[in-house]
Amino acid sequence: MMRRAVLIGLAFGAGAVHIAAVGVLLAMHQRWIIVDALSLGQGALLLIAGGAGATAGRPLSGLLAGAAAGVPIAALVVLMSFVPLHAIFIALSPDLLDMLTLNFGLSAGVGILIGGGAIAGVLGAALRATPAIVRRAIFPGAIAVAVAGVFQELIQLIFQQYEGPIGDFRDFLYTWEGLTPQGAVTIFILTALCSEVIGSVWRRRVERMAVRDHRRERMVRAGIALLVLALLPAVAGSYIGQVLVLVGLYILMGMGLNLEVGLAGLLDLGFVAFFAVGAYTTALLTADASHALAHLSYWAAMPVAVFLSIIVGVLFGLPVLGVRGDYLAVATLGLGEIVRVIVQSDFAAPLLGGAQGILQIPKPQLGDFVLRSPVSLFYLTLVASAAAAFVAWRLENSRLGRAWMALRDDEDVAQALGINLVRSKLLAYGLGAAFAGLAGSIFATMLTSVYPSSFQLLISINVLALIIVGGMGSLPGVVLGSIALIGLPELLREFGEYRYLFYGAVLIVMMRLRPEGLWPSDVRQRELHAADETLALDAGADAVPAQPR
Amino acid sequence: MARFNAVDVVLWAMRIAVVAVVVIGTAGTLIKGRYNAAQWFDFVMFGLTIGSIYAQIALGYTMVYGVLRLINFAHGDIVMTGAFAGYFVATPLDRSGFLESHPVLGMAAILAVAITVSTSIAVLTERIAYRPFRRVVGLAPLICAIGVSFFLEQTFRGMFGSAVKSYPEPQWERAAFHVLGFNVPRVDVLVIGLALVFMGVLYLIVQRTRMGTAMRAVAEDGEAAALMGIDVNKVVVFTFILGGAMAGIAGVFYAFVYKQVYFLMGFTPGIKAFGAAVLGGIGNIPGAMLGGFFLGMVESVGPTLFLDGLGIPAPYQLRDLIAFTLLIMVLIFRPQGLLGERMARRRA
Repeated sequence: MMRRAVLIGLAFGAGAVHIAAVGVLLAMHQRWIIVDALSLGQGALLLIAGGAGATAGRPLSGLLAGAAAGVPIAALVVLMSFVPLHAIFIALSPDLLDMLTLNFGLSAGVGILIGGGAIAGVLGAALRATPAIVRRAIFPGAIAVAVAGVFQELIQLIFQQYEGPIGDFRDFLYTWEGLTPQGAVTIFILTALCSEVIGSVWRRRVERMAVRDHRRERMVRAGIALLVLALLPAVAGSYIGQVLVLVGLYILMGMGLNLEVGLAGLLDLGFVAFFAVGAYTTALLTADASHALAHLSYWAAMPVAVFLSIIVGVLFGLPVLGVRGDYLAVATLGLGEIVRVIVQSDFAAPLLGGAQGILQIPKPQLGDFVLRSPVSLFYLTLVASAAAAFVAWRLENSRLGRAWMALRDDEDVAQALGINLVRSKLLAYGLGAAFAGLAGSIFATMLTSVYPSSFQLLISINVLALIIVGGMGSLPGVVLGSIALIGLPELLREFGEYRYLFYGAVLIVMMRLRPEGLWPSDVRQRELHAADETLALDAGADAVPAQPR
Repeated sequence: MARFNAVDVVLWAMRIAVVAVVVIGTAGTLIKGRYNAAQWFDFVMFGLTIGSIYAQIALGYTMVYGVLRLINFAHGDIVMTGAFAGYFVATPLDRSGFLESHPVLGMAAILAVAITVSTSIAVLTERIAYRPFRRVVGLAPLICAIGVSFFLEQTFRGMFGSAVKSYPEPQWERAAFHVLGFNVPRVDVLVIGLALVFMGVLYLIVQRTRMGTAMRAVAEDGEAAALMGIDVNKVVVFTFILGGAMAGIAGVFYAFVYKQVYFLMGFTPGIKAFGAAVLGGIGNIPGAMLGGFFLGMVESVGPTLFLDGLGIPAPYQLRDLIAFTLLIMVLIFRPQGLLGERMARRRA
């Protein structure tokens, strides 16, 4: 019992050492949650110790686990003060030492880390034991404070135009540096109250609702979220607009890859190739440069780009039709890399511009109005996404969509049922590519230039990560995933370089804890839970080797 | 049987196109005769060197796949961890002049640290990330492995920075032997020789020791092996130790040949070595070695031999193109590999 608590604590503590060693912790320390009281980095350490306590269970175990979570990081502090680790590990700097010891020096610092860990651990464990009604108040409150503190710049930017009572309230909550302590308390209390009231009303309604109404209810919520999303940039200005264009492009690509991976089960790591085709086609057809083949308007070039992407998607899919499962992932990755190598080489330079890329792509024009600002491009992306979402939604429920799902579950059975494998697979590649081509086309006009270095494998992985986080085969999941994985890191600029670290961790954790994603599709969730039950039934059977091929 | 469909036509067209490029390109290059024997010799020598490194990496893929049926996507990044560990030993040794005066001891120290680090990380990834997926079917294990790959890359980037670090270059490795009028760089001899020794040791371990026998048994049939009293967990850990050690050595050599270390360095050789493992028949240890050498040769000689004759400018830029084309062709046309008949029947 005790041993387990200590082990849990040490594991969480190792996580804390990891984020310290890679530099995330110090970067987080640069942002206040509450000015001069709590930095994001300190919050993260508290959360780790609290998490250890909550995992360990009862308050006494929680105390032990929290203290144990402080031990590895305290050991790191001791080590750092005697050995110049900084020479090799660039993140283990004197600044980090100051942050961890709160400038109190070594021995006090160690005490603070272990003692603080113990307190957080007890709190974490106690929180777990409290009744649901209390937790419903505390969690949303804490999250609201964290959001209000971390995104203070953005929130202040939005509200800076207001005078009068709203302005006074803003000044009560924020100084120019960030959230004030009284602001934090106010936000906490307000959110906790709202959460209790709205939560109880909502639950009572849901309990009374018939099962079929749940779906409508969710649609309404999704609709409200979309409406907010649509109006946000107009209110919040061009920076948010720019971020949202990117989010929109990834939503488009996510929906495309979702057709391939989520519905048809074809893990495609060369997806970025289609994005590149869309971008380069648009560039070649519209750019005011020597490489350009034509000087069409954007609206004429976009359909061509999408069409060409479909063709490339089918051509891409043809050779790998017979390749299955994980081999398919590697084969498509290879195809994607081939496209990149060719685009970058001198061989294709006369046509595609080589490493210098293609410049001077015009912005789209509506009559006399040029869609120059990020906000107007956002609306273009929004319209494109909405159209694509409609297509994806109809596809999902069509005969073809059901064929894809059959294909995903068992190729041989699907074929036996009379599904034309070649046709369905090629359609999956082609239609998936169309979405990515459309995204690429908008991307080209957004940047007004295309370079081969914009089309790295990383993009394929980003898209994969976002549909996994959102939930494979789920349209709202794609939106959620894009906002979480693309939008959030854009807003937290200083953590930009740690974004892929986060993606890696997210892929591992999601696959382990919630393979169906944050907002799973109904079918998927049912399947996974049915699978759980069967797994539980034959838990006695020994090591089953992976899928027979 | 005799029915033709569009897919077959496309696949045949691909085959023919590749063969045509190889034949016409080779003929063109040879007729032009722009390269002399010494230059071809250099290409071959480099191919063997880089091939021996690919072979070592491919062993890790093939062993893990044999035992777990998992593409260890992060294996290339294990190579990177070995290269970093080697770099942090080699740099101070070089600065103090030790590496210059004691080449053998210096190399031994570098390799020992690299192997320790890469092996520990390989075992840790297995324990933390892969073990929970032992019984999971479908795409989840592979996606998790992709996550591990990213996590390792970015962890090293965070800890040691994103700049490309240059690997020390002691005097003694710059010299070359002269054999029959050809220049044979010492680095190449060292890398190929040591790689062959290490791979020989690995082969003996797998063939002759108790643990190696257990490993082959698990690869053959995990369930039956477990029933025979073999501790499958132990075998899996052992597999990751062997694979991690080979990856660490390969990482040091790769850094040694290319003279640079950075956090993404493992990705491309990793994917290529996976191709080599498939080429040799996945799960087949001698096959992986052979596949590695073959891939290295094709990649080194190929651009000049096949593409120069077609009048393509700067063919060396397309080296990865050739390697990836080979990878895809193997996956499409011969997923069972060149030596993998036995495996193929079981996987069919």
